[in-house]
Amino acid sequence: MKIIRSMLFLPGNKPNILIHGDELLADAIIFDLEDSVSISEKDAARILVRNMIKDYRPISSEIIVRVNAIETEFFKKDLREIIPLKPFMIMPPKVSSKEMVNDIDAQISEIEKETNIEVGSTNLICLLETAKGIENAYEIATASKRVKALFLGGEDLTSDLECKRTKEGNEIDYARKRIVLAAKAASVFVYDTPFTDVNDDEGIIQDAKYAASLGFSGKSSIAPRHIPFINEVFSPTIEEIKYAYDVLNIIEEAKKKGQGVVALNGKMIDAPVVSRAKKVISMAESIGLNKNIINDSEGL
Amino acid sequence: MEILSSAVSGTMESSDCMVSVSPGSGKIEIQIESIVLNQFGDELKKTIENTLKELDVSNVKISLFDRGALDLVIKSRIECAIERAKEKK
Amino acid sequence: MNKIVKSLEEALKLAGIKNGQTISFHHHLRNGDYVLNMTMDIIEKMGVNNLTVNASSIFDIQAETISNCINKKIITKLQCNYMSKQLGRKIVDGILECPVEFRTHGGRASDMQKGIIPVDIAIIASPTSDNMGNISGKYGISACGSLGYAFADATYAKKVIVVTDNLVPYPLTDYSIPEIYIDYVVKVDSIGDPSGIVSGTTQITRDPVGLIMAKTAANVIKGSGLLKDGFSFQTGAGGASLAAAKYLKEIMLKEKIQGSFGLGGITSYMVDMLKCGLFKTLFDVQCFDLGAVESIRLDPRHKEVSAMHYAGPYSKSAIVDSLDVVILGATEIDTNFNVNVHTDSNGCIIGGSGGHSDTAKGAKMSMIIAPLVRARLPIVSDEVACISTKGEDIDVLITQYGVAINKKNKELKEKLLDSNINIVDIQDLKKKAEEICGTPKPYKSSGRVVAKVFGRDGDVISTINALK
Repeated sequence: MKIIRSMLFLPGNKPNILIHGDELLADAIIFDLEDSVSISEKDAARILVRNMIKDYRPISSEIIVRVNAIETEFFKKDLREIIPLKPFMIMPPKVSSKEMVNDIDAQISEIEKETNIEVGSTNLICLLETAKGIENAYEIATASKRVKALFLGGEDLTSDLECKRTKEGNEIDYARKRIVLAAKAASVFVYDTPFTDVNDDEGIIQDAKYAASLGFSGKSSIAPRHIPFINEVFSPTIEEIKYAYDVLNIIEEAKKKGQGVVALNGKMIDAPVVSRAKKVISMAESIGLNKNIINDSEGL
Repeated sequence: MEILSSAVSGTMESSDCMVSVSPGSGKIEIQIESIVLNQFGDELKKTIENTLKELDVSNVKISLFDRGALDLVIKSRIECAIERAKEKK
Repeated sequence: MNKIVKSLEEALKLAGIKNGQTISFHHHLRNGDYVLNMTMDIIEKMGVNNLTVNASSIFDIQAETISNCINKKIITKLQCNYMSKQLGRKIVDGILECPVEFRTHGGRASDMQKGIIPVDIAIIASPTSDNMGNISGKYGISACGSLGYAFADATYAKKVIVVTDNLVPYPLTDYSIPEIYIDYVVKVDSIGDPSGIVSGTTQITRDPVGLIMAKTAANVIKGSGLLKDGFSFQTGAGGASLAAAKYLKEIMLKEKIQGSFGLGGITSYMVDMLKCGLFKTLFDVQCFDLGAVESIRLDPRHKEVSAMHYAGPYSKSAIVDSLDVVILGATEIDTNFNVNVHTDSNGCIIGGSGGHSDTAKGAKMSMIIAPLVRARLPIVSDEVACISTKGEDIDVLITQYGVAINKKNKELKEKLLDSNINIVDIQDLKKKAEEICGTPKPYKSSGRVVAKVFGRDGDVISTINALK
């Protein structure tokens, strides 16, 4: 699966925003049919988003569609329009239990069958934004093979927790750690909630750095201007990439020479270091930082 | 498909358009206002005609107020307006 | 000797106003200017007609007065460097028989100097004047900062009338234009509306696509090899151009580059770069915001310059000739890099060259920033409806879909190939735009010629036609 550092929410009924969505450097864009669309425009947004995916020029970001919640009348209609277009992932909101995942799974399978799409090929990124959802994070992540990622929704969660959402985010700190732990235990990706102050550049950098330090795979945003900051925070640094190449080179040489134990800069290179190095390189390649650019930056 | 009531879809924001439909008098009547009429006048008419054909609508009054919407947006707004006009109000 | 005249009407009489003459105005009070309207109202009452009005730029606040004067044959000829869209619309509707003459800021000054466009009476709105006509734009309630465009009018017009709302005792020591050129001084209640003269602070764009292009522009400058000690720079006050200055500032600070000068219409962002020590001086032909006005008044490194010194094509040299990089806008650009800033896609006049062609000609690297499409209209086409600046003077086009480099600048292409910048062929940008929008039918209004665009060298490089 392509590596996603940043995800950008785009309101599903705003053509002037949707058509420029993939110009904003986000690895994935989320076409939103839920909170950013009023009840009376759900039909319009559904048609517009469907045609955006179907008829627009190739879109360079990965496409995620946030559908309406399972208990709404819109859920099934959304799925029917969106599943046949095979988006990168579908984001069901307010996921709170494995039963709910199973229900979603079954409904998707039904539509996949009806529309001649390989059953099981539609992937989910589950939006956890209730206390119950966070509490059940691990069982949600492991309820279906479709679940490829968890996503923390800080806004709704704080309202469910009956507390105030703050810039510092102490109120969601436990939820962040809990969802990361669950996702890692289940071997799925995990994405952080948007930072709420659109105008605070320093704030988004700090918030993204904190999320990265906890183990999040990436972070979402409602503000395009946050995306470059998120990308940077969740990208390996040039030094890390260089080190990763050094590690792999030395392992390669050691193999040729038949050496068992190797060291780099006086430090033992063991299996976890190698696996981390491979991850860093695949990430670097995924985001377009190739060997040449790394070598060119020698003088920096 | 039969148009039973009047309906509107879309907005007047830039890159969007507003489509109004109402029951026709036995044929398709099209009215177009657009900021890109000079450049895309023919295409706009074609898009409306093709979309109506796809939706199997042949008896409708339709007007398009276009603020520079792409083809797919116009198609979406037409489809939505027609869907909304299917039901008798 | 007394230059104070009790009314503008009397001053016009003393200056010998008569039918068929040319009256000039500067545009430093921009959309807050009262003086052009006030003057034309008086001229109407005096019964003078068949005049040529040469205004360095015309704003919406003047549209009604000018079109009224055109209808009554008080004005029969117009010359300007820029015209905003209210009057522009009327011109393409054909209200004026004789085609409007568009020049560049430098071209207007030089043509006055050479007598190609002789001026009989120059009316100079002056935020501050003493009784002998030493004038300044830096002081007074209507302060506008630099009076750069008014120097040519004052120097070359046969008669010069100063109109001020802030008369101070002789001598005004910190003058911009000295008394030697001034015939009469008129005190009026107000020369302009301060809120229309300068904006509070010029805002950097919030458009995310604009910011992405601005960042790319800054990286292109970095990659061009021009960004080193002694670097000089001009940027427009519009959206993405201004944001490019912000990113450029970050790069210059990080790499500790000491530039030489910033040029042009000056905004707070350029002032900020001066204050950070990134430039040794600012050359200011026009102030765009309060920060710039305050700076030119207080900071000796912030220098006022005349349009001749800024960009005069017949000046023995002008500052633009020493300029490294300029960032400019475009309403459309063709695959030969010709740029239109005069008309919109439907042929209406919405602007003008101003300093566009002047700086593009002079600068070592001229950059255009424009989004690839606006609503459903591609910005890149095979042929622009009006050529404001010739493609031979443009080096690079920055869009959100990549950077196109003019073939003539091979060196730049080679330099940028090594960088991480997405370089594309301009033909591919056109294709991409049409992939998004569809292929527009080329549109050129087909009526009689209503405006002529003079290039810097004095030739007519393009014409604008009436709608229908």
